[in-house]
Amino acid sequence: MSPIRAISLVIVLTVFASAVLGAGNWQPLKNDGLHDPENPAIEILQEPGEALGVLVPDSAGNKVDWVRSLQEGLIEPRPSLDGDEEPNIRDTTVLMKNTYPLFYVRFTHKPHTQWMSCEACHDRIFVPQVDANPINMGKILEGEYCGLCHGAVSFPLTECNRCHNTNPATLGREEAATGEGTQ
Amino acid sequence: MAMALLAVLFAVIYIEAARAEYGDVVINEFSDDAGMRPVVFPHWFHRIRFRCKVCHGDLGFKFEAGGNGINMLKIIDGEYCGACHNGDVAWSIENCDLCHSGTLNTPTQVHHSTVQKLVATPEPAAEAAAEGEQ
Repeated sequence: MSPIRAISLVIVLTVFASAVLGAGNWQPLKNDGLHDPENPAIEILQEPGEALGVLVPDSAGNKVDWVRSLQEGLIEPRPSLDGDEEPNIRDTTVLMKNTYPLFYVRFTHKPHTQWMSCEACHDRIFVPQVDANPINMGKILEGEYCGLCHGAVSFPLTECNRCHNTNPATLGREEAATGEGTQ
Repeated sequence: MAMALLAVLFAVIYIEAARAEYGDVVINEFSDDAGMRPVVFPHWFHRIRFRCKVCHGDLGFKFEAGGNGINMLKIIDGEYCGACHNGDVAWSIENCDLCHSGTLNTPTQVHHSTVQKLVATPEPAAEAAAEGEQ
């Protein structure tokens, strides 16, 4: 077998394993290393496999693609306690270019505002101005900026390519010059 | 070569397995001292039912495990967990063991957080969890 075919096979099998074998393999609560198996009430709590097995699978975190699960209507989390508030969705992107040697980061407001309110990030964590926030991976790993959620509950920080998602070589000339997506 | 491929595949499966509790928060600020099991807050369960903004906005939860100073008096007064766990939206506080469901002496943490996995000092409970994965 040639090295290229071997590598291709590993990638295909890995994707298959993550999507099919990995997903749905959630630990019962009594075996998850956190819950006390001696607690009689553990039988009443919902098992993660029952709730998560019907959602869009993912390869990281708790192996649910929460954004797609929401967008495809598999879950309908309330936007307020009484459920009658409309979420304030913002469909703009921000391109962050100070990312060498990795790809640029294109931040998408839409999935974030489907879950969060503007005030959660602005202005307490992020100044609403391109290139005005001194973000770096050290701070993110310490739980600042994006790291407040990513690495704790949103997809983990080992998923580099999901944020570093934009190849500078493929950018349009105008966008590359301004450094901004639609604001 | 085939054996190596299989080894990689099984390694990936093992690494990917058993992370349902990614994002679960253990809160053990007062529980051990009070002789109660620590609280295990399952993020996955709650985000199926509520968007992040409800708790981390409307209800004022900071993004910090153990950083909110939650105690039972506040919950009884309808703050924090008590906004829902009042017998109306969700089970009421008499059901102690449903929230206080963690193994004793498990420290406050965001379980399986990237930082915990990469750099944190192993705690007894974390070590036990790691052994369970292998």
